[in-house]
Amino acid sequence: MPRYAALIYGDLADDSPIGAASRAEIHQEYFDFGDRAGAAGVLSGGAALQPPSAATTVRVRGGKGGEVVTTDGPFAETKEVLGGFYIIDAADLDEAIRWAAQIPGAWLGSVEVRPVVDFSGS
Amino acid sequence: MLATLVRLTGDITLAEDSVQDAVVEALHRWPVDGVPANPGAWLTTVARNRALDVVRREAKRTKKEADAVLLDEMTTAFGERTTDSMVRDDLLRLVFTCCHPALAIEARVALALRILCGMSTVEIARVFLVSDTTMGQRISRAKKKIATAHIPYRVPADHELPDRVASVLVVVQAIVTAGHHAPEGRLDGRIDLAEEAIRLARLLHDLMPDEPECAGMLALALATHARRDARLDDDGELVLLPAQDRGRWRLDEIAEAETVLDAAMHRRRAGPYQLQAAIAILHDLARTYEETDWPQIAALYGVLEAHWPTPVVRVNRVVAVAEADGADAGLRLLDELDAAEVSSWHLYWSTRGELLSRTGRRAEARDAFDRALECAPNDSDRRFLERRRDELSR
Repeated sequence: MPRYAALIYGDLADDSPIGAASRAEIHQEYFDFGDRAGAAGVLSGGAALQPPSAATTVRVRGGKGGEVVTTDGPFAETKEVLGGFYIIDAADLDEAIRWAAQIPGAWLGSVEVRPVVDFSGS
Repeated sequence: MLATLVRLTGDITLAEDSVQDAVVEALHRWPVDGVPANPGAWLTTVARNRALDVVRREAKRTKKEADAVLLDEMTTAFGERTTDSMVRDDLLRLVFTCCHPALAIEARVALALRILCGMSTVEIARVFLVSDTTMGQRISRAKKKIATAHIPYRVPADHELPDRVASVLVVVQAIVTAGHHAPEGRLDGRIDLAEEAIRLARLLHDLMPDEPECAGMLALALATHARRDARLDDDGELVLLPAQDRGRWRLDEIAEAETVLDAAMHRRRAGPYQLQAAIAILHDLARTYEETDWPQIAALYGVLEAHWPTPVVRVNRVVAVAEADGADAGLRLLDELDAAEVSSWHLYWSTRGELLSRTGRRAEARDAFDRALECAPNDSDRRFLERRRDELSR
């Protein structure tokens, strides 16, 4: 069966027009969708991401194994497009960057490392 | 103390709040009860208990497993005695967290001044000429990223150390530069920042005595700062090296820079900060501008450029070569520079102007000073460049 990635875009700024009350409603809508799609057996994974302000962009200069260059913030070029993603379980950002720097995209383009929201305790 | 609290709580904001609460409590209690025998230990204990209260309350409220685990770890850690070497390790961890390469350089600088140097947000905002709100946001955003992205609180492994030390030293360098080149307004009153940079460099050298580049950074900062009293004249105008009153240089600080650098060079692991320190010290040791050892300085810049070919290094090498081998030799090197890299940089144009005027090409020199003025970053530089340009018009 063909597989698809559904990539979600939106205004994530804290001052975006969505109010705090409707924010809770939106969360509920996401949980409902998750339940529905999960029950139908079509979901094989997914995650909510922390905002771009928590992002780090990783590039490897000079090809595979080259110098690892990290920059604060999200990936911001317009010519290059999102080509894929991995979910990495790492102890901390340093370990995540170490793995990200081994993804070919890190020397062919850029890899944005964005923390995943942890819902486990809430 | 702050560094220890950060290790115990894993949270910079909580650690800062707890330390602050402890200080407030001391201000109330010490005048009444008298100052305790060991004030530092007293403050640390109070701060620890404050932090423990906050986490305990949080764990009760959320019933989060993570908070319960943290509470457990903290309670255990609080039982142990804090030794000097533990405090040093805590501080070193904090250095690497605040100066992590995943934070923007402005954020690293702000965090280092706030957390490592203990400057207030208002003071930092004032020296960087931004509003308190902007600086406050910059610092809180950086702290938030440390927490959300799980930037670790630990000393990097040996193989990572050279890269990570470089990303710490670049913060010190940025503070030194900010101290010397105010973006606008007069230069004086910013000397404080250079002193903060030296304090930070001293701390890093003390925490990492085996890293020669930390010593190089300290020597560089000392050797440059030693000339502070001669750098501006009585009207606050910029005085360049040839015209500086060398009698106002601080000989004791130059001597300290030499000692620190000599010890580092014995490790035979050269790096950009050690080389720049060597150059700065050679300038410091010349009794007059004419006695400066230009061939040696030009050679050191040559080594620097071979490994770290930045526009700043290249233009500085041009100046040294022009002094050693003549203005024409300097101009030839200047022509080899990539115009795109240097054309918006006032020191490139003013160097060009100086060398052209020495070869008698006054009209071209004037044009170069005009270009320099278009990109001069502060009033003091601007007035200096105007003076040089107008001298050529006479």
